[in-house]
Amino acid sequence: MIEVKDVHFAYPTGVKALRGVSLTIHDGDFIAIMGQNGAGKTTLVKHLNGLLKPTEGEVIVDKVKTKETSVAKLARKVGFVFQNPDHQLFCETVEEEVAFALKNFGFKEKATKKRVSWALNLLDLEGYRQTSPFMLSGGERKRVALASVLAWDPKYVILDEPTIGQDYQQKEKLRQFIIQLNAQEKTVIIVTHDVEFVAECNPRVVLMTDGKIVADGEAQKILTNEKLVAQASIVPPQITQIFLGLADLGLPTDIIDVHEAREVLITRLEATS
Amino acid sequence: MSVFEGFRFRKVSSPIHDLDPRVKFFYVCILFVIALMFNQLLPLIVLFFVPLPFVFMAGVQRQWLRSLKGAIFLATIIFATNLVSRYIYSGYVWSAIMLEESIALTFRFIVLVAAFSVFFLTTSPDHLGLALEQSHVPYEFCFAFTTAVRFVPVLAEEAQTIMDAQKARGLELERGNFLKRVRNYIPEPSTAPSSWSTPLKKSWSKPRLLPDRHCRKEYSLFCSSIR
Repeated sequence: MIEVKDVHFAYPTGVKALRGVSLTIHDGDFIAIMGQNGAGKTTLVKHLNGLLKPTEGEVIVDKVKTKETSVAKLARKVGFVFQNPDHQLFCETVEEEVAFALKNFGFKEKATKKRVSWALNLLDLEGYRQTSPFMLSGGERKRVALASVLAWDPKYVILDEPTIGQDYQQKEKLRQFIIQLNAQEKTVIIVTHDVEFVAECNPRVVLMTDGKIVADGEAQKILTNEKLVAQASIVPPQITQIFLGLADLGLPTDIIDVHEAREVLITRLEATS
Repeated sequence: MSVFEGFRFRKVSSPIHDLDPRVKFFYVCILFVIALMFNQLLPLIVLFFVPLPFVFMAGVQRQWLRSLKGAIFLATIIFATNLVSRYIYSGYVWSAIMLEESIALTFRFIVLVAAFSVFFLTTSPDHLGLALEQSHVPYEFCFAFTTAVRFVPVLAEEAQTIMDAQKARGLELERGNFLKRVRNYIPEPSTAPSSWSTPLKKSWSKPRLLPDRHCRKEYSLFCSSIR
């Protein structure tokens, strides 16, 4: 379990990025942290693996205070996939990139090879084993970054803006993959602006504005609350917008899923005909 | 990398920020020359306190202290190198003068950091470039100088990001055995070139973007430099 207790954080420039954030992340949770630019989303998740330490308050990961341990030690449990893969990749080949963390964590050579192959296969990167990560496309680099984290099987996986630069097919693969990870009892935390992606995943949503959490709950409740989403400078999913517009016809206003919407409409049409 | 925060300009209104950059440039040059002139501890200690009123007038105490804090590591190396080399040069005999001289040279470095920190904290690179141009300093020099000043914090940020990425993947840079940590700070041969690739890409893309932004003069300077 990760506990964030009344955390305040100010950057050296004096910018206050977090103002009293409290959050409990249970094992096996799937959370989407959403909000406008500069709301403090990335700052918050960087506290979860100790990259940033709170100015006030504390973050506790599995009973260990992040202030009292190093990022490297926390990393064994908390895997962090950076927003920009270029910030995360620095080795000469994809294989070395995926093996980098395993060597740091003291995995033996045989186990390292096995895990590297597993991660490369999982993310469809086996063909690029000896390629430089910098020669790959944006989407492929993102997958290498993800493989390099999943290889050591962290308990908590944090994905910062995972859908940026991904086409529909890749997004769909990513969604399936995240759901699969979550089904394997992994705690998945994503930071995203992509409201359609969140609507399709239907996780617990934490909405942030100006360094504070303004809402925390089911995606269906939060993404259909016009006042809340406006406060966080995001728009409801398109299907929700349609249903909100048709509220006068007596249609439900808490729809975020296209398949659910289809069912509602079919039922309604069958009833009227 | 916090030392670079102590050299990054932030737009604030204060009598020191609003001062003509040439005056501030003249002031740091004078301080620089005086600091080089003295080898004794006392004048250098006095010089250290000279920028203090400007620091308070500009309201940049925190950033200024940060630059000094960041300089401690290099200052320690300067002190140790001086002390050891003097000890060896004197035929392995300790003396108080040896210690005083080493401290004085270390203090000279701190004086320079303190003076230049106030200058960079309160002077925008743009204003400095314009001031230098108006002072009939060759344009090539002004452009190179202001670009270099702008680039230092960018490089520091890149380096910090790469270190964060490595820490987030289990590389111990914060705790444990000192020698092991030092070893971990030195990149492996396979990772070193890539560690520099992003900053290099940025430095390469900047001049290539110049024509798009109608900076023909700067672009022609860049082209002539690579010919």
